[in-house]
Amino acid sequence: MILSTCGLTKAYAGVAANTDIDFDLPVGQTRAIIGPNGAGKSTFVGMVCGRIPATRGNVSFDGTDITTMAAHERIRKGMAYTFQITSVFQGLSVRENINLAARRRLGKNKLAVTRKTDEILQRLNIANRSDQLASNLSYGHQRILEIGMGLAQDPRLFILDEPTQGLAESEVDDFNQLMKSMDAETTILLIEHNMNVVMAVAEYITVLDQGMVLANGTPEEIRANTAVQEAYLGTGHG
Amino acid sequence: MTNTAKSNTLHFGLLFFLAIAFLVLPEYHSGNLARIMILAIYAMGYNVLFGYTGLLSLGHALFFSAGMYGLGLTMHLNGWTPAPAFVVALLTSTIVAAIVGFLVLRTTGVAFMIVTLMFAQAGYLTILYFGTYTRGDEGFALQQATRQLIGFDLTNPSVRYYTALILFSVVLLLLAYLVRSPFGRTLVAIRENEERAKMLGYNVTAIKLQAVILSGVISGASGAAYALLFGYAGATFATVQYSILPLLWVLVGGAGTTTGAFFGVLFMTYLIDYASGQTNAYLIVVGLVLVAVTLFLPHGIVGTLRNKYAGWLP
Ligand SMILES: Nc1ncnc2c1ncn2[C@@H]1O[C@H](COP(=O)(O)OP(=O)(O)O)[C@@H](O)[C@H]1O
Ligand SMILES: [Mg+2]
Repeated sequence: MILSTCGLTKAYAGVAANTDIDFDLPVGQTRAIIGPNGAGKSTFVGMVCGRIPATRGNVSFDGTDITTMAAHERIRKGMAYTFQITSVFQGLSVRENINLAARRRLGKNKLAVTRKTDEILQRLNIANRSDQLASNLSYGHQRILEIGMGLAQDPRLFILDEPTQGLAESEVDDFNQLMKSMDAETTILLIEHNMNVVMAVAEYITVLDQGMVLANGTPEEIRANTAVQEAYLGTGHG
Repeated sequence: MTNTAKSNTLHFGLLFFLAIAFLVLPEYHSGNLARIMILAIYAMGYNVLFGYTGLLSLGHALFFSAGMYGLGLTMHLNGWTPAPAFVVALLTSTIVAAIVGFLVLRTTGVAFMIVTLMFAQAGYLTILYFGTYTRGDEGFALQQATRQLIGFDLTNPSVRYYTALILFSVVLLLLAYLVRSPFGRTLVAIRENEERAKMLGYNVTAIKLQAVILSGVISGASGAAYALLFGYAGATFATVQYSILPLLWVLVGGAGTTTGAFFGVLFMTYLIDYASGQTNAYLIVVGLVLVAVTLFLPHGIVGTLRNKYAGWLP
């Protein structure tokens, strides 16, 4: 398992955002987490990458208990994270944004950083915008840039929180292609509302509802699960 | 020309211009310029933290005076020569910045401003408390006979000017190098979006501490050079006023630009010089001009040039 959580719980004053979540993610899998708004999806991945401190429970990454590690240490172990609300360096150029992501891992090797950045710019089709300030990009391109910053880190576990939110249909198709083109050993943990994306890319699905795991299964199993239909698919999302 | 070449041309051009300036300017102005260069070092140190890292300190007089007294007291009380006393000044400001940074970085935003202000105030009171040695507000002069460096008399106007220029050059070129280096880019990343920098795996707290130390030691170098070249150390330099000044210089010149610090000090010095020659109420004039500058040049002199005409300006 690349990632396991055991009894992971988050309580905000009065709100049980996550309750006793046990979760296992094998190496190389593309896993989707779905669930209605407020189900606790963002809270869960926030505790996995260390951005949100857990109330209790454990997280282990690649066999190491990382429960007490700071967020930046977890990222350094091979995670990458994209925010649900776009978070790029607005005042810096597109190239510099990707550079910063690549440089943290590749360090002082300028050539390797430049090569990595060029590769990502090509792969995401934003090379022609590399000198623009991130703040001048369209919303969709900013989201793509943020995904690019994740890719530039060559993560072993890539966590994406609703990456296709607000993207145009063609951009969503590109995103699906991108996910399918990822190396086999890269594990993907994808929070997604768009069921077309989920059905297109996910190998396995976890459904959260009211801070708890409601179901786990293959896309076919989840589609057929009546409890899921009631809690989630039936309530208007998707 | 590449941006690097343009940036080098700008920095070496400015230094060349300053090297010539002494030969052509009347003594009054070259004396001013020596002081401006030393204070610009202070402003550059402040800019590392404020302009590049995005941390607004109201306590930098602590670092400036740590350098000033680090050098001043070792020369004055222990009879040390300038070179080793300067090293003591650098060490003193490094240690003070490391301790203060370690403590103040637990806070952010307004709390950060207030806590830095309080530390600086504590520093000022410490200088007064040890008045037996520091002579408090009155301060002490460094004897002309002791201000000699490898055979040069630092009280001589030309030696003083070129010593100031050498120190200014070292810090300016260091800053120019820094802002292009991976470390400098990381500081800017923290300024732009701290949370994102952290979630890229950067140890934001450790990097900010390094920025405080670097900023503190450059400010300390300025304080030490001031005492050495102008022969005086006094507690006035540890007051709130000397914490606010670098903020104003950098805002006027251009936060997050390499040369803004120099132009900020230059502009403010001559503004005060000119206004105080015209009227006793010169502070009102200075205040009005500052308001006008912030209204019409919100990014300062160099910052506005960069935004409007020359995006390459470092
Ligand atoms: N910082 C916070 N303070 C208080 N409650 C929060 C906070 N963040 C999230 N919550 C609550 O926790 C629950 C789960 O939120 P979240 O994890 O964002 O859900 P999802 O991502 O599935 O939409 C919601 O009820 C939300 O209101
Ligand atoms: Mg969410």
